[in-house]
Amino acid sequence: MAEFLALSDAISRFVKRGDCVALEGFTHLIPFAAGHEIIRQGLTDLTLIRMTPDLVYDQMIGVGCARKLVFSWGGNPGVGSLHRLRDAVEHGWPRPLEIDEHGHSAMAHAYAAGAAGMPCAIFRGYLGSDLPRVNSRIQSVVCPFTGEILAAVPALRPDVTIIHAQKADRHGNVLVSGIIGVQKEAVLAAARAIVTVEEVVDDLETAGTNAVVLPAWTVHAVAVAPGGARPSYAHGYYQRDNVFYTEWDSIARDRDRFRDWIDTEVIRGRRDAAEATRT
Amino acid sequence: MTYTATEMMTIAAARALRNEDICFVGIGLPSAACNLARLTHAPRLTLVYESGTIETKPHVLPLSIGDGELCDTALTTVPVPEMFQYWLQGGRITVGFLGGAQVDRYGNLNSTVVGDYARPKVRLPGSGGASEIATACQRIYIVMPHGIRAFVDKLDFLTSLGHGPTGRERREVGIKTDGPTLIVTDLCTMRPDPETKEFAVVTLHPGVTAERVRENTGWPVRFHESVDVTPVPEPHELSVLRDLLQRTAQAHGVN
Repeated sequence: MAEFLALSDAISRFVKRGDCVALEGFTHLIPFAAGHEIIRQGLTDLTLIRMTPDLVYDQMIGVGCARKLVFSWGGNPGVGSLHRLRDAVEHGWPRPLEIDEHGHSAMAHAYAAGAAGMPCAIFRGYLGSDLPRVNSRIQSVVCPFTGEILAAVPALRPDVTIIHAQKADRHGNVLVSGIIGVQKEAVLAAARAIVTVEEVVDDLETAGTNAVVLPAWTVHAVAVAPGGARPSYAHGYYQRDNVFYTEWDSIARDRDRFRDWIDTEVIRGRRDAAEATRT
Repeated sequence: MTYTATEMMTIAAARALRNEDICFVGIGLPSAACNLARLTHAPRLTLVYESGTIETKPHVLPLSIGDGELCDTALTTVPVPEMFQYWLQGGRITVGFLGGAQVDRYGNLNSTVVGDYARPKVRLPGSGGASEIATACQRIYIVMPHGIRAFVDKLDFLTSLGHGPTGRERREVGIKTDGPTLIVTDLCTMRPDPETKEFAVVTLHPGVTAERVRENTGWPVRFHESVDVTPVPEPHELSVLRDLLQRTAQAHGVN
């Protein structure tokens, strides 16, 4: 049953060194505040799972949190490269990064398989692609009914999934709206789930709406973190900071400038003002 | 009206889209081309973005595949697993737009690495949705600026299947969809040979010579028997495109 915790307590209680961790959110609702708290707590040797690593994993990889990355598209959307990810893969800085690379379809199916308690996901994919040649976790199965050869990948079963959502009610039930990505599947696939929210309300007002609600009993911790998705966005609360996404390109290009930025914005915490006013 | 090579490319790509198309849109040039088509000759064109937004009609172009603008202007927004399962894999999409760092003469694409996979010279973003878009959509249109490093004799890595490394593999695997049927660049448009599936130049953009296309292509590029000139951009097409890009830049605060 969901427990209301300060974000720092939620991370220290539920994320351990060496864990397999998914911070999900498809462009929208990316849990930056939680990622920054993981950096502040100095957690290392993590296997990071995320369809689109985005800036949050560029930051976590750049400070050396990750041993391995499971992903399907590693760029800065509409801008270019993730330079910290590239530096780790191309030069092993600040440490070598093992990669388990897929396509979006595979990862989306693999989260759904994880949520469904299945050992693997089966889908029509990777036809003619070189990806199965470089990733032994991409295999195939023959359909017993039609003989069609289909792709198979292991289900994603994170130790911990962390998402950001618009709101929770006082029982810890969580509402996600707008572009909902793979958050529901990622939470249901995980052994433990942490949700940061913009606010806590008396009533989610979702009765009869088919809204995406995660019951409190599927979530281990809820932490209030207003602005916790910035520079990503929270539909209905604030917009995506496209200027920052563009600026990140030059910050992340240079190792020293990147470290300065982490030190100033994350470690000393000008960003994540939410943490200072935690409830 | 004067225009740039990139405007010509975007407009030529937009013209390939029809009202009845259901289009899986990528960020960048494809997004500009698809929305230009919707705002000019194909107002009923259906745009689908992989973030789950269906029948979206953005007022400004998104910077990312999941900007709030896409959700705000969509008929409906579905979860990402559903997008890939029911809508893409389910065969609902008629046209997919793709690009990449490298393309070969059979329309195969690399968006993964330059150099060796284990020790890449350049680590590119990777497949994203492309490896399945390439085989699940009825047709693929490729939009990429021409250049010797992009139009290569041999891909460093095959991310997304076109017609296959020899032009035959797609059919041999038994894939039912058409694969790449059009390449639009900033110099020309290309179509595949019906038999060999090798892409040949069918139109040169105004003022572009065949020699210039040869110089910018990494294989001995073929030309269709009768190469036409791509129709020059109409003033209406240019003004709609420029308005779209201007309000986009304002909205993103980039310019």
